[in-house]
Amino acid sequence: MSNEQFYHALKVDEETCFGCTHCMNACPTQAVRIKDGVAVIQSEKCVDCGACLRVCPVDAIYIEQDDFEQIFKYNIRVAVLPSVFIGQFSRQHTAEEIIDVVKGLGFTHVVPGEAVVDVINEEMLAEYKTDREKPLISSFCPAIVSLIQLRFPALAQNIIPLKHPAEATALYYKQLLLESGTSADQIGMFYVTPCAAKISALRSTDKETVVDGIINMNFLYNKVYHVLNSKSEPNRNSEVVLPYYTPKVMEWSLTQGESKHMEGRCLAIDEIHNVISFLERVENEEVMNVDFLELRACDQSCAGGALMSENRFLTVERVHTRANRIQKSGLKVEEVKQNHLEYVREHLKIGEVEPRQTMALDQDMGKALKKMERVRSMMCFLPGVDCGVCGAPNCQSLAEDIVMKKAHLSDCGFLQRMMEKTKKLDPDHSIRIMEKIWGKDRLDKDCKKKGAKYEGL
Amino acid sequence: MELKYEVSGGDFTKAGYASSAVKKVLKKLSVDPKIIKRIVVALYEGEVNVVAHAYKGTISVDISPERIFIRIEDEGPGIPDIDLAMTVGYSTASPAVREMGFGAGMGLPNMKKNADELNVSSKVGQGTTVELITNLN
Repeated sequence: MSNEQFYHALKVDEETCFGCTHCMNACPTQAVRIKDGVAVIQSEKCVDCGACLRVCPVDAIYIEQDDFEQIFKYNIRVAVLPSVFIGQFSRQHTAEEIIDVVKGLGFTHVVPGEAVVDVINEEMLAEYKTDREKPLISSFCPAIVSLIQLRFPALAQNIIPLKHPAEATALYYKQLLLESGTSADQIGMFYVTPCAAKISALRSTDKETVVDGIINMNFLYNKVYHVLNSKSEPNRNSEVVLPYYTPKVMEWSLTQGESKHMEGRCLAIDEIHNVISFLERVENEEVMNVDFLELRACDQSCAGGALMSENRFLTVERVHTRANRIQKSGLKVEEVKQNHLEYVREHLKIGEVEPRQTMALDQDMGKALKKMERVRSMMCFLPGVDCGVCGAPNCQSLAEDIVMKKAHLSDCGFLQRMMEKTKKLDPDHSIRIMEKIWGKDRLDKDCKKKGAKYEGL
Repeated sequence: MELKYEVSGGDFTKAGYASSAVKKVLKKLSVDPKIIKRIVVALYEGEVNVVAHAYKGTISVDISPERIFIRIEDEGPGIPDIDLAMTVGYSTASPAVREMGFGAGMGLPNMKKNADELNVSSKVGQGTTVELITNLN
């Protein structure tokens, strides 16, 4: 089991964050604490699902991105663009028109992020016939892979160890360019991401990648939206069929995009809390005879990614509409050539997904048992109201933080009252404790805060 | 360390509560995931047995670094022939229970498969006690 530091793309802007606890309460893995008045994401517990970013009322949680200008370091600039990007635009804009605008911003080539899913699908189906434990779990969503490593270690072996479609597509496209005589150092591959999890997956030090840089999808959306809407003439050309954009490619990242192409009894589950409660049951073997699980951290899968700008339900509908139109047109979509599919196939496998035992109170079971007993005794005293005043999401987390030497029993607001009453704690001291958690001046009157008299003045 | 849970007969929506709670604790104790899985699967079967056949029961789990000892005691009809009950496919579950997808006659056999030691004792008309032992070393 590995103990390396994990890269996370989710960051807290300490200037903007005012410690409102929304993210702390929303985090499905209890990875957020409040220290010195701001949210702190505990790296070993974070799975990059983006739940914190969604609930932040002041946009203090952001996703790190590379500088867009870096693309110009390369002569050949390829955008690996997930299909949900196009789904964000209404049907009056053709896919061709949208892609032309993306190129106009500086890219020389645009390839859908799911261009090689056929070969991925074939490998997934081949795995179905092996003796790997069922249900097979897709490795598509990196937040789900992290979640399983962290919270469901016994199910890590069920994950089909394959590269993400975007990585595999980048690999393919780079090979295509190399074969056309372009030298490797001239090619820059840029992935346009709909979420934080894919950034972290690409940036993890243990993985090799051909992706040279990452662009946040909302950044690109704003630029493209602006250009499309400032055009005087709407594009009157009827839709032409673009290379690679088969209905399967377009719909792969949506809910049921994978499951409907798998064999046996397949289930597709989206939204991380839904996934967690389902995996609890899978782990207990309460759910039997399921062959394949497509699990996605976001509601409506990638259409609901934290970096998506348009409403997720509209995006899903638009992707399906575009896919259906291609299907009905009967036109032949130019696909990845067989020799290239073989090239991708050879490079598709990754190492087995290993569990990460970071849930444990101690690696030594004897010590962990002692700590657990201490946690249970402390829970006798803690109020059990999960108010968050201690800077942890609930009493259980505080008790565990205490045995891990990351917090103190006197951080609890309720226990402070009791300790003051029995003269075990000086009232001034408890104020200092609160200031350490909530920041200095936090207890002072402030009429400019959200909802107060002079809000925003 | 000892954990205790109550199980009420007939309520299938609650079956799995104790096994999930125990699972959570074992993960925090850095028990090997494969061992956790065996314990949880066996305990879940035990919970379902109580829910399906008995009126009520208690589950006690004793955890030490050497072994995990689980005792499931119920007040219920008891098992007249334990050897028969241990036979794969043998079931006395009511049609209503089978309708819900339980009662395939796999309960006790599956518990035996997933534990290092299984002891079943029963008094007809009073209840059944099942002990599950899992060695950790």
